[in-house]
Amino acid sequence: MMEVVGKFLRSLTQQPWGLWWIQARRLIRIEVRRNLFTWKAGWVYFLAFIPTLIILIHLSVDRHPAFAISEDTSVLAGIVQLYYIRLGVFFGCLGIFSRLIRGEMIERSLHFYLLSPVRREVLLLSKFVAGCISAVLLFGSAIAADFALMYAGFGAAGTDYVFNGPGLGQLESYLAIIVLACLGYGAIFLLLSMMFRNPTPAAMLVLGWEAINPVLPSLLQKLSVASYLRHLMPVSVSAHGIFALLTVETEPVSAWAAALGLLLLIIAVLFYACYRVRTLEIRYTTD
Amino acid sequence: MNDQIIFENVSKFYGEVLGVNRISLSIPPGITTLVGPNGSGKTTLMNLMTGLVQPSSGRISVMGLSPVNAPELFCILGYCAQFDSFPRGITGWQFIFDSLMLHGMSEAEAVELTIESLERVQLGDAAGRKIAGYSKGMRQKVRLAQAIAHHPRVLVLDEPLNGLDPMARAESIALFQELGRQGMHLLISSHILDEVDRISDRVVLIAGGYLVAEGSIQQVRHEVREKPMQVLIRCDRPALLAAKMFSVNHCVEARLHADGKGVFLRTGDIDQFYSMLNGIAAEGLVKMESVAPADDDASAIYQYLIGSSGGTS
Repeated sequence: MMEVVGKFLRSLTQQPWGLWWIQARRLIRIEVRRNLFTWKAGWVYFLAFIPTLIILIHLSVDRHPAFAISEDTSVLAGIVQLYYIRLGVFFGCLGIFSRLIRGEMIERSLHFYLLSPVRREVLLLSKFVAGCISAVLLFGSAIAADFALMYAGFGAAGTDYVFNGPGLGQLESYLAIIVLACLGYGAIFLLLSMMFRNPTPAAMLVLGWEAINPVLPSLLQKLSVASYLRHLMPVSVSAHGIFALLTVETEPVSAWAAALGLLLLIIAVLFYACYRVRTLEIRYTTD
Repeated sequence: MNDQIIFENVSKFYGEVLGVNRISLSIPPGITTLVGPNGSGKTTLMNLMTGLVQPSSGRISVMGLSPVNAPELFCILGYCAQFDSFPRGITGWQFIFDSLMLHGMSEAEAVELTIESLERVQLGDAAGRKIAGYSKGMRQKVRLAQAIAHHPRVLVLDEPLNGLDPMARAESIALFQELGRQGMHLLISSHILDEVDRISDRVVLIAGGYLVAEGSIQQVRHEVREKPMQVLIRCDRPALLAAKMFSVNHCVEARLHADGKGVFLRTGDIDQFYSMLNGIAAEGLVKMESVAPADDDASAIYQYLIGSSGGTS
């Protein structure tokens, strides 16, 4: 057993990590440029910043008495849980991560990458990291802007809430949730885009699964991105009617266990995606 | 390291559709032309040797490397595929520079090689423009530049003359000849047979996914024994020569050359034919200037073996 482990470790150290790192950095730079600085990315900007625009209008139109801070805190938590996680990040990641492999097959340009001296796993993981950086930059800055605008109208009370109260801690949690959401949905959509010619119907099934997940048995709840993220929310969202379904918490889980569980899910999905990319064929006419 | 490209009993099926079937080939360095009608399996063969598709059965080795070993294979191989598409919003310069950077080289080295390859295909002036605004010929050139930029030892070119104007074609052919002379492996598929024919060391004919013939053009033509060979004889009395050859039963067809100073003769037994021709020359009745085979080019072989005329420029 020790011999097998030793052999494995030796083979790991013999891999060209330096070259992979250089290749990954270059690939990430190319992909981030394409994800963020093209006209086609416009709708992802729209998804990320539409709540920011609404909060900006709210800031300039409504009065902000100090006692309304807790109400606005709940509204912000609702925006994160019900809009960003369920819709904004979900569809944003669908657009960004589907383009990485499937989009290039549609544009008939994926073969240029496959004809370069890059291991396919390095290519896939670099594209995934580039997608994550793009999504986190967009949605992370949108959440930060939402947060700043939400408390800007409260003046000294808002400043006190952010810097001396629970404000910064909540912002950290929201950012961590966004990062995990981008990683989780990103991995799933990257895999779906490799499995299906049109990943959108499969993504709609994922959306449906995420919606009904809170009422499923606890074992099935573990196969969901949103269910892990719900446990990391710093502020619980009370909802009524149909929205109540999206906020049900059936089985309390610690934040660390939730984050670890989600990371394990992401690793498993990426592992399978790497396996699939090794046998990926370029057949544009049939794809 | 093995210097051959080897296909060992390679088959590829796309579901139930045959791509290529039981291809066994060994291609030495030099210029090899892949000839066959549309859908014959030329691109499949190229995609198989570059790992873009995997064989259903059989084994492929490129200079001793397996096509699945991309990090090593693409250091020695460049592939100019026929797909006329590029990453969105990219300039000619970025396209080549980015691909070179993926080799792990320094920026200075990548810049130097980018300039060199763009100049080799005479695209230096348009390098800063977006590829989307290029003409078809320019896009073909930039793909070729990208394929040769890292100085590969094997160059695979799928229809590299498509879309090029006559001047650019001549330049590309001269470049292929130069690369071939440098000892590089060049595998070219093309429909413009009368042009690639002139520079090919070997020809591989495929039809319907099957290997029909391979070897030097003369070798392949010689093997097609059931088809009479045509010989052009430049002489002062072509009609008399034709009559004499018919009289000894070694001719199946004769046709006077348009200028009246030669005759095309077709024979089923080339060895006997040349022997008889020597005899006639020795008699001194006909003064012969030259004797040359008239149908041992790729186009004629294509016509004999595959049954259509193939493309021409």
